[in-house]
Amino acid sequence: MIPEKTTRARFGALATLVSALALIAGATVADAQSRDKDRKRDKDKDEAAEAPAFTATPAGETVFASTYKPYPNIATAIRGATVYDGKGSVIQNGVVFMSGGKIVSVGGPETPIPADIAVFDGTGKFVTPGIIDIHSHLGDYPSPEVEANSDGNEATSPTTPEVWAEHSVWPQDPGFARALANGGITSLQILPGSANLMGGRSVTLKNVPARTTQGMKVPGAPYGFKMACGENPKRVYGSRGRMPSTRMGNLAVNRETWLSAIDYANDPKAKRDLGKETLKGVLKGEILVHNHCYRADEMALVLDMAKEMGYKVSAFHHAVEAYKIGDLLRENDVCSAIWADWYGFKMESYDGILENAAFLQREGACVVIHSDDKNDIQRLNQEAAKAQAAGLRLGIDIPDAAVIQWITYNAAKAMGIEDMTGSLEPGKMADVVLWNGDPLSVYTRPERVWVDGALLFDANDPKRRPVSDFELGQPGEGDVK
Amino acid sequence: MKRLLALGAVSALALSAAPTLAQDVTITNARLVTGDGSAPIEGGTVVVRGGAVVYAGAAAGAPASGSAIDARGAWVTPGIFATLTTLGLGDVSAVGESNDISAGGSPFSASLDASSSINPVSQHILVHRAAGITRAATSTIPSGSIFAGQGAIIDLDGDARPVMRARAFQMVDLGEGGAQLAGGSRPAAYALLSSALREAQALVGKPGIPQTTEIVKDDEVLLSRFDAEALVPVVTGAQKLYVGVERAADIRMVLALKADYPKLDLVLVGATEGWLVANEIAAAGVPVIANGLTDLPETFEQLGATQSNAGRLARAGVKVAINASTMQNPRRLQQVAGNLVALTRVPGASGMEWGKAFAAISSVPAEISGMGGKAGVLKAGALGDVVLWDGDPLEVGSVPTKVFIGGVEQSLESHQSGLRDRYRDLDESDLPKAYDW
Repeated sequence: MIPEKTTRARFGALATLVSALALIAGATVADAQSRDKDRKRDKDKDEAAEAPAFTATPAGETVFASTYKPYPNIATAIRGATVYDGKGSVIQNGVVFMSGGKIVSVGGPETPIPADIAVFDGTGKFVTPGIIDIHSHLGDYPSPEVEANSDGNEATSPTTPEVWAEHSVWPQDPGFARALANGGITSLQILPGSANLMGGRSVTLKNVPARTTQGMKVPGAPYGFKMACGENPKRVYGSRGRMPSTRMGNLAVNRETWLSAIDYANDPKAKRDLGKETLKGVLKGEILVHNHCYRADEMALVLDMAKEMGYKVSAFHHAVEAYKIGDLLRENDVCSAIWADWYGFKMESYDGILENAAFLQREGACVVIHSDDKNDIQRLNQEAAKAQAAGLRLGIDIPDAAVIQWITYNAAKAMGIEDMTGSLEPGKMADVVLWNGDPLSVYTRPERVWVDGALLFDANDPKRRPVSDFELGQPGEGDVK
Repeated sequence: MKRLLALGAVSALALSAAPTLAQDVTITNARLVTGDGSAPIEGGTVVVRGGAVVYAGAAAGAPASGSAIDARGAWVTPGIFATLTTLGLGDVSAVGESNDISAGGSPFSASLDASSSINPVSQHILVHRAAGITRAATSTIPSGSIFAGQGAIIDLDGDARPVMRARAFQMVDLGEGGAQLAGGSRPAAYALLSSALREAQALVGKPGIPQTTEIVKDDEVLLSRFDAEALVPVVTGAQKLYVGVERAADIRMVLALKADYPKLDLVLVGATEGWLVANEIAAAGVPVIANGLTDLPETFEQLGATQSNAGRLARAGVKVAINASTMQNPRRLQQVAGNLVALTRVPGASGMEWGKAFAAISSVPAEISGMGGKAGVLKAGALGDVVLWDGDPLEVGSVPTKVFIGGVEQSLESHQSGLRDRYRDLDESDLPKAYDW
């Protein structure tokens, strides 16, 4: 039940209160700034011609650094399971051995398992790498979905490359725990929304409960950069009487912004600019572009814009019409992050078909199944299975192991973390899901989930699942009651 | 470029579909699901004559018939019954002029009548028919007032008469959404509901132009005279009242409405926290169209959200159908039902056995919709809605291979199948893709 009109006068009083507080805050800041100026003047007299007294951490150095440390693990092996390695291979009656937070060995039944470690019987069960969602807004658009927590779109300018999604993440979003317990999600990319042509930086998180967002960040993961084509930017800004109000306006604003970023990147004396620092990172190939784009013709335009400006698109997200240009996407080495069955909810999704993933696979283009949704993230495995079945009906037979790759290794690759996670290979993070059956079946759920070798979900142990602060003392208490 | 002859044949069927007469259909050797909650029957037979089922059960008891379709062990079920949906009421939800789902600018609410605006060949109807849905409850949603208007029961056969039952139910939102629509609070919503029902009560037995007071706020009409009149069948119990409600305390308040209006024929919609008051709902004999997998506290009225809700309600003896309206699209009903089966294998969770889960998307929603024994079930006297599947119908990826509605075989074609066939390859060596049709 979604009412068309929302609150009217209800928040009037609250708005007044907030304004008053803002005024007070403004005064306080002004006072402080004035004091700082006085102090600075004094200092300037004393230390003229010396190094600047006040400096920020230089551009390019790590800020808001990850504080994530893997939780304690015990050396663990699973044997007798069907193992999908995430890179397209399957091992029947396989063994997965992890220790020290890393995958140590993966192989057939003869794979040696040390004595005196925990061994799980995987007979009749399946093992996959931890599932990765390349497109999530958990934390930025958390539950409960109240205005006070709605922090996913800085929809005040068509280009906001200066914002970082991690500064909006609420680590107490109950959605993280559901994604872990029901979906086996161990890593996810949190993106800004799609109101803006350039929405800002994304952040890649481990799906580990933490008191701070820094405590969830994957150490060493590259940043992503969110861009958006099509209806959203032109609707949001066109309706306010400002550019862009058309698709040609979308491209023009984008190109002007890139030209300006190129000037900045070429100017060693340029004054620091947070937005352009991000764009420069994209031009240098350090920050990966994730471009929300539904229509085939628009994706083709974006690819040419990227060529013109000298950057690369890592993945088109939503990509409902990717199947029309699978050849072009393959040639440009761009992944398509897509849903299995969403269609028809907006004009640019009108041509959505179930066969999108299979047709891309047929062309040899990279497929990633994504959620963009706090519910679908709990069932990415099922969405992938739907897309697989649609292909099989047309004679496109995609092996189960390749389908698992859509939601593991391919996602990791498009996010630039494929050397750390996304597949079961010696030395990689021990992000592992033990499923109670075939993960491509609707009847299957995760039984255990390890993140960096630490057991963080166990369906058989009611205490071995996270409950966020928000849910403590509530009736369902994190769906554990 | 490569066309399949079979697809051409189906297209011809689509063209001739309009006044097609019901066929006599016999399907043998089926893994037969009757939809009543029982387990599948191996080697089952279904016989449809004159548009209605005359037999469904073990092969041994089937009446003799001529030619038959050999299902070769495939799953055969009644058509899926989808509730609640907006099927037939719109093309693209974000394209306002294409959809009739809400009308926040209208002075009318309860008097809105979905049956006036069903497009029987809407792409959503074609797509969902190909997914095995044969009948649906469809309704506008609350937008200008707490009352959504009057929903209809439709079939998906695409002919000139999609409406089986017009004005089958009225819907009202008594949760957070309704509170906002009523002016900002639950008491405001209850005051509006109470006023509306009293106005309607006063109109019982008084035909002609309704003489009641309109309820207005600023320039908005919350209840017009004609809306009050539209609520007359609700207070007399002739029309069901679907109530959107999530919080346990709100559910109690809704059940208590029967003390003042004993004839109300209530159905709860949503009921995320229903499990907390399951015994009270069961005792009141009120059925629930429950959100199947809602497990997040998306609002403060859903703090008790759990995937076990539907299973726990059913275990308490509540009649539970799965609500299609919270899904990305109603063709996910089967997937949600399958997930309820999955929950039976999760320690501490409550789900449904396969037969019950299938019934929650077939016979139970049909019963709640006033179509008990007619739709969502295969037994003598039921409508001839039969679906043959390419796999377990609750498994993700399974789709129908044949769909009969009222004994008439349906086209499974749509805009989507056209795109699918065009883009089987990207070959434009002879002509552009636009010539590939």
